[in-house]
Amino acid sequence: MLGMTWAQWLPLIFLAVMGLALLTYVILDGYDLGVGLLLPLADDSEKDTMINSIGPFWDANETWLVLGVGVLLVAFPMAHGLVLQALYLPVAAMLIGLILRGVAFDFRVKAPLQYKAFWNRAFFAGSLLASSAQGWMLGSYITGFDKGPLGLAFSLGIAVTLPAAYTLLGAGWLIMKTEGALQSKAVSWAHRVLWPMGIALVAISGATPLVHPTVVSKWFAMPQVFALMPVPLTCALAFFAVRWVVTHPDLVRAGHGWVVFAATVLIFVLAFFGLAYSIFPDIVIGRMTVWQAAISTASLNVVFVGVAVTLPVIIVYTVFMYRVFWGKARALTYG
Amino acid sequence: MDLDALMLSRIQFAANISFHILFPTITIALCWFLLFFRIRLVRTRDPAWEEAYYFWTKVFALTFALGVVSGIVMSFQFGTNWPGFMEKTGNISGPLLGYEVLTAFFLEASFLGIMLFGRGRVSERVHLTATFLVALGTTLSAFWILSLNSWMQTPAGYEIVDGQFIPTDWFAVVFNPSFPYRFAHKLLASALTASFLIAGLCAWQLLKGTTTNGTHKAMRAAVATAAVVMPLQFIAGDLHGLNTLEHQPAKVAAMEGVWETERGAPLTLFGFPDEDAATTHFAIKIPKMASLILTHDMDGEIAGIRSFGDGHPPVAPVFYAFRIMVGVGSLMLLVSAFTAYRLWRQRREKRITLPRPLLWVLSAMTFSGWLATLSGWYVTEIGRQPFVVYGLVRAGEVATTVPPPFIGLTLVAYLLVYGLLLVTYVGVLKYMAENPVKHAPVPVTSAGLGKAGV
Repeated sequence: MLGMTWAQWLPLIFLAVMGLALLTYVILDGYDLGVGLLLPLADDSEKDTMINSIGPFWDANETWLVLGVGVLLVAFPMAHGLVLQALYLPVAAMLIGLILRGVAFDFRVKAPLQYKAFWNRAFFAGSLLASSAQGWMLGSYITGFDKGPLGLAFSLGIAVTLPAAYTLLGAGWLIMKTEGALQSKAVSWAHRVLWPMGIALVAISGATPLVHPTVVSKWFAMPQVFALMPVPLTCALAFFAVRWVVTHPDLVRAGHGWVVFAATVLIFVLAFFGLAYSIFPDIVIGRMTVWQAAISTASLNVVFVGVAVTLPVIIVYTVFMYRVFWGKARALTYG
Repeated sequence: MDLDALMLSRIQFAANISFHILFPTITIALCWFLLFFRIRLVRTRDPAWEEAYYFWTKVFALTFALGVVSGIVMSFQFGTNWPGFMEKTGNISGPLLGYEVLTAFFLEASFLGIMLFGRGRVSERVHLTATFLVALGTTLSAFWILSLNSWMQTPAGYEIVDGQFIPTDWFAVVFNPSFPYRFAHKLLASALTASFLIAGLCAWQLLKGTTTNGTHKAMRAAVATAAVVMPLQFIAGDLHGLNTLEHQPAKVAAMEGVWETERGAPLTLFGFPDEDAATTHFAIKIPKMASLILTHDMDGEIAGIRSFGDGHPPVAPVFYAFRIMVGVGSLMLLVSAFTAYRLWRQRREKRITLPRPLLWVLSAMTFSGWLATLSGWYVTEIGRQPFVVYGLVRAGEVATTVPPPFIGLTLVAYLLVYGLLLVTYVGVLKYMAENPVKHAPVPVTSAGLGKAGV
C-alpha cells in the first residue's frame, strides 16, 4: 500500500471523505430520526421540547447526507448510477420520508393550530419511512442487491433494526438535552429498545457470512482474528455500559446520562468500520472497486482542493454551532 | 408522446426541479432583504425594522426548509434518472456540483441555525455575520449550479476522449458563454420574485387590517426593489436572448415560432404553433420585428426550425412559455412602477395608504415571480432538447434503465407530496400574514443557557 501513487491515493481519500460524511450523517441525523420515532410516546408540550432540542441542528445534519451522496456522485459517478438505480424504490421512499419530516418542523408550528396533530403524525411517519428505507438500502447494498429470498430477508432485518438503533440514539440525545419527567421517559425508552436492538445486531452479524461468504475469510483468518477481536468486544462493552446507566436512574441524575448517547455512537462507529473493513476495496461489492468507479485524477485534483479547504472549516463550525446551542433544550425563538 | 422510461424520467426530473426552484428563487433574494432589515435596525434602532425582520425570517425559514428537502431529492435523481449523464460528463459536472455542495450548501445550512435561533446566544455582530454568510451561501449556490446548467447549454473548455468529456480549461468551463447572462437573469428574477412576494403579502395585510409597523417598512423596500430591478431584467433578458441566438439558434427559432429560414422575419405576438404542419395558426405578426430585435437589423436573417432537422426542441411549449414569461414580466413592470410612484409621493408618511384595487392587484401577484421564473426555465430547458449537453449528448443516450412502472409509481408519489406541500405552503403564508406575531420576542439572556458563552 505504501508504494501507491497519488493517482491511486486520491480515490481512497475521497472514499474516506464519503465514508466520514455518511457515518457523520447516520449519527447526527440518526438522533434526529430517533427523536422523530419517539414522538408519539410523548405528550403535547414534551413534543415541542423534543423537536426544539433538534431544531437548530437537523438542517446541517441532513446536509452530511448531501455531502456523502455528493462525493459518490462527483467522484464515483459510475457507482452512483449503478447503486442508485438498484435502490430506486427505497431511495424514493427515503426521500419522501425526509421531505415529510423536514417540512413538518415548520408546518407543525406555523400552520393553524388544528393542523398541528396532522404534522406531528407526518413528522413521525416521515422519520419512520426514512429510517426503514435507509436500513433496507444498507441491507440491500451489503447483499450486493441480491433479490433472492435470503437477500430480501436480510434487507428486511436491517430495515427493522436501524430504526431501533436510531431510537436508542434519539433517547440518548434526549437524556442529555432534557430534564425532569421527559428525561425519565427517555431513560425508560432507551431501556425498552436496548435488548431488541442488541439481539438484532447480533443476528445481523451472524447472518452476514450467509449472504457474503468472502467476508468470513477476512474476519476469521489468522492472524487478523486476534487484531479484530477488540471490535466486537468493545461493542459488547458499550452495550452493557448503556444498560448499566438506563437501569440506574441515580446515575442519570448524577449527570452521567451522556454515556447512553456516547456508547451508542461508539457502537455505530465500530459497526461502520467493521462494514468498511468487510467491503474494502470494493465500492459496489463484487462488481466495482473504488479505482474503477472514480473520475480522472485531474478532475479529482480540482475537487480535492475544495475539499481540503472546506472540510476542516465545516468541521470547525459544526463544533462551534454545537457550543452555541449547548445545554438543555428550551422553547426556541426566532430572532 | 410515449410514456417510456425516457419520457417518465424527464417528467419526474422536471417535476422535481420545478418544485425545487420555487423556493431558492425566493430565498436567494429574501436573505439579502433580511440582511438589509437587520442593518437598518442596527443603524436606526427603529423597532419597526425588528418586526419586519422577525416576520420575514419566519417566512424565510419555512421557504428554506422546503428548498432543502426538495434539493436533496435532486442529488439522488441525477443517479436514478440520468446515470449516463454523470458517466459522460462527470469530470466536468462533478467538480462544479462538488463546489456547490461544499462552499454553499454547508455555509447556508450551518449558519442558518445561528441565524434563525441564535439571537441572545451570540453577539449581535456574530448574528449579523451569520445572516450575511447565509445570504452569500445561497448566492454562491446559485453561482455553481447555474455554471453547470450554462455549461450544458453552451459547453466550453473541454475535449472528448473515448466518449467522456475531459476539462481542458476550467476558467472556460465555469465562465462558459451563456453563464454571465443566465446568472444575472436568475439573480434579478430572484429579486423580483421575493419583492413581489413581500409586496403581495404586505398588501394582503393592509387589506385585512393585520399590519404591523414592519409591514410598511417591508412594503416600501420591496416595491422600490421591484421598480428598479424590473427594467434591468428586461435588458438582461434581451442580452440573454442575443446570446442564445448566437449559441442555440434552434431554441430562438422555437421561441419566435420562425419555421423557415428568412430575412426580415416578422415578430409573432401570439398564435397556435402546429409542428406537424410547420406553421403557426391565427398568428398575429409585426413585420420585420423579430429580425430587428434579434439581429438589430430589419433584414437580418433568422434560421428557421425546419433547418435543424430533428435537432430542434418541441415548438409549442417553448413558444407559449416564452410569451407567458414576457407577459408576466410586462405586467410586473407596470404594477411595480405605478406602485413605486404612489409610494414615492407619500415617502414622508410613517404608514402607507394605497387604493384597495391596487392592493388587490398586488395580492393577486404575490406569486407572479414563480410564474415568470418557471416559464423562463421551461423556455431554456425545453429549448435545449433533445440534447442534455447542447449539440453533443442527447437525453435518450443517458436515461435510466429502471423499469417504467417504478418511475411512474414514484412520480405519482412525488406529485402527491409536492401538491400537499404547495397547498400547505401557500396556506401557511396566508395564515401568517393574517396572524402576524406583533412583537418580536425579547431575546433570552445568557442565564440558563449552559456553556453558550460566545
